[in-house]
Amino acid sequence: MNLTTQRRRERIDRGIKIRTDGIYAMMSWRELSYLSAPRLLLIFGMLSLPLVMPGMYWQRVITITCIYALLALSFDFLAHFVGLVCLGGAFFVGIGGYMAAILNTSFGLPPLLTIPLATVIGAGVCTLLLLPCLPLRGVYFAIVSLMYPLFSARVIEAFDIFGGTDGILGIDGFSNHWIEQYFVIGATLLFLFGTRRLVNMDIGLVFRGVKDNDQAIKASGMDITRIKAMAVFIASAMGCLSGALLVHIYMWSGISQFALDFSILPIAATVIGGGGTLVGPIIGCLILVPISELLRDFGTLRIVFYSIILVGFIVFKSEGIMVYGQRKYHQFERWTKV
Amino acid sequence: MDILIYGTINSVALALYALGFAMVYGVSRLPNFAHGSLYVLSGFVTWGFLNSLGLNYLLSIILAMIATAVIGALIYQFVLIRVRGMEISEIIASYAIGLAILEGLRWGGFKGMTYTLPPFIEGSITIADISVDYQRLLVVGIGGAVVVCLWLFTRYTRIGLALKGMAQDERAAMMLGIDSDLMAVVAMGFGSMLAALAAILLLPLGNIVVESGYNVLILAISVCIVGGLGSWIGAILAAFLIGFAQILTAVYLGSHYQMVVALLAIIVTLIIKPSGLFGRQKELEERV
Amino acid sequence: MTIEPMLKVHEITKTFGGIIALNRVSFDVHEGEILGIIGPNGSGKTTVVNCITGFIKASSGNVFFRGKDITGKAPHKIADMGITRTFQVMRPFYTLPAYKNLVIPLFSPRARRTGGWRGGGKLGDRNTVSIDILEEIGFERDSFVPYKMTSSLPTGYLKRLELARCLSLKPDLIICDEIFSGLSMSEIASMVPLIERLQMDGITLIMIEHRLRELFRVANRIMVLNFGEKLIEGTSDEIMADERVKEAYFGSENVEEVMDHA
Repeated sequence: MNLTTQRRRERIDRGIKIRTDGIYAMMSWRELSYLSAPRLLLIFGMLSLPLVMPGMYWQRVITITCIYALLALSFDFLAHFVGLVCLGGAFFVGIGGYMAAILNTSFGLPPLLTIPLATVIGAGVCTLLLLPCLPLRGVYFAIVSLMYPLFSARVIEAFDIFGGTDGILGIDGFSNHWIEQYFVIGATLLFLFGTRRLVNMDIGLVFRGVKDNDQAIKASGMDITRIKAMAVFIASAMGCLSGALLVHIYMWSGISQFALDFSILPIAATVIGGGGTLVGPIIGCLILVPISELLRDFGTLRIVFYSIILVGFIVFKSEGIMVYGQRKYHQFERWTKV
Repeated sequence: MDILIYGTINSVALALYALGFAMVYGVSRLPNFAHGSLYVLSGFVTWGFLNSLGLNYLLSIILAMIATAVIGALIYQFVLIRVRGMEISEIIASYAIGLAILEGLRWGGFKGMTYTLPPFIEGSITIADISVDYQRLLVVGIGGAVVVCLWLFTRYTRIGLALKGMAQDERAAMMLGIDSDLMAVVAMGFGSMLAALAAILLLPLGNIVVESGYNVLILAISVCIVGGLGSWIGAILAAFLIGFAQILTAVYLGSHYQMVVALLAIIVTLIIKPSGLFGRQKELEERV
Repeated sequence: MTIEPMLKVHEITKTFGGIIALNRVSFDVHEGEILGIIGPNGSGKTTVVNCITGFIKASSGNVFFRGKDITGKAPHKIADMGITRTFQVMRPFYTLPAYKNLVIPLFSPRARRTGGWRGGGKLGDRNTVSIDILEEIGFERDSFVPYKMTSSLPTGYLKRLELARCLSLKPDLIICDEIFSGLSMSEIASMVPLIERLQMDGITLIMIEHRLRELFRVANRIMVLNFGEKLIEGTSDEIMADERVKEAYFGSENVEEVMDHA
């Protein structure tokens, strides 16, 4: 009688990962570089992108990528760390954009002031408007958050305020396009590492508790809705920032900011890049946006394109590139006999 | 008086949009964000059968309804069923599919105002000094008939009862031998067919444009949320509520506020009674 | 002059659809005592706790804490007043070190007001306070146990972590939901002195338990629930002598009496 030997896959952390997990990580150059190499690669890579890009068009693409990256970051933060799936990222973009536009055209403030102001005030406005929806369960919140940008677009159209369908024109741009580039890239990197730091700090644990362990939070005397509001404030700040940057780059603000593009592409980028890693969405954007630009000739086909990819990833391989990559980097697999 | 007539017509239209969505959600808890796109797709398919293949109108309608039902069922069977249970993935996946269909249609050249479906009966009739198209009356009539048929279907046929059972309690239904996956596919097929029916009845009143896909989706969701996700009666009642509210707004404030009313209704519902008129589910965070 | 009880539960009723989970349950808890709640499975013990702590809204009835009506208040508000509870099903952060689990409760407004367990006023460094609390609970300070990954801790330690979570809020009343369940004899033996110490420190406790022998060692009074109704309340001797309690747990030879309850 011959029993076939069965094998199974076993995943073990690499030695270097175990050594660098504890406090003794700074023991050798090799370990230091193991930890910091991916991060440095990302930072230097992104900082050098404007220098290597051929021509203004592609440099503009990098800027747009970073704007989407901020949105994707806010989606990932809310969805995988706080448990709020916000399908209406375009809402943040629109509010932030219009706020910056108004501050600039009606109050005459320069971009250097409008951008921070729009970020903070915009975040406040977004949080207030989303307040009634915060106690809702996952599905409901997702559905309603999807409605918000659609709602706003139609309100502006119907009441013909803020420029109506034409939008607000004549917004100042950045004085120098190098400043424009590095400002945007800098902001993106800042928020990326800032958010990563945040979720590992104590306050980050409270946010993660909303997703993983809400009974502990309730039983500890903290109001979940208030915590969610704080998280939404942070996420909407990132979204409003990207909106404000957008209007100063294009020097125009209109209803199209509430468009589906800004809602769906960050989600696609997060799913493809790997949710829960915060850096995955950035990678996802770095892949999707240039491809989307390349397909611009095909018109709305590009939306079809990344919708299908999104569906493919969600349904068949929802891990995402970064999660897969992290696993490969930190662990090695081997077949062992059972 | 004209408010009454137009209000009823509008309400029935909303109910028709919403029933398909309500059915799919009620049975399989899937918020079908591709609903609007199926609506528009069926319109274009009918147009295709009618104009490009030169088929008889009635035949085109029947074929289009079957085709849409099949497409919906296939989408569910091959894609959505794999994310069954993971609510967020369901939403994102169905939204992406809907988006792909709608934008694909747009890219395929189906834009502009040139695509129309002819109404069933030309002409109009005067009721109490107001001229009402026969088509609109047909909408109300057939809409009412659809509701009655659905009621009968879920009460007296085996499949209907199975769907109803699943809507009430999925586990209990499974224990009684009802194949929940198959029923979910069937529900999706039915929901798509209802979307097609709505399209066929209502598109002759205007043009077939891709934009209406998004509008239909928003309206269907608004109606279902106000009525309570998963409740068919609630959807119908909510359709009337929102339908009349829209007409009143159009008469007294201006017709471009109609969409705003629908979306406002959602927010008001969420603040006052999140589970909607007849909702049975816990929409708020409640965990023990 | 009778002292007002710390917690007064008055005629709490809870129905889930057609099922009556609690039927006009009333009892008092006095300051500084340990009240045990026992009863067979399904008698409504956890439902009572959920109604008191606000996780479930009672269908009718009231709960008074120090004279104030807290019926139907949100759970976080009730916790803020000083009533904490443990959970039967624990959900700690498994991928974090043990002491990090106390970060969430130490973040709460109450902990920041009171300084956490044994704190005097304002909260000090959260990590230090966390390790202090864990030491109180029985995690050896000098060992690396508090720093171990939560996923590697045995049940006994996890239960203590639950208690620690409650203690971080400097509570007046702790409701323990089956805290002895899943523990070995030696683990229980080391928990009992901890409970006694908590009582000496002035905390009032309500303990829901199945392990009767251990419970009788610490509890001052016991209340028995059966099918959502309060059967009897008294000392452990009075309880054990009562026929109805025996019937509830072991069944009756008299079939008619059993059918009355069904």
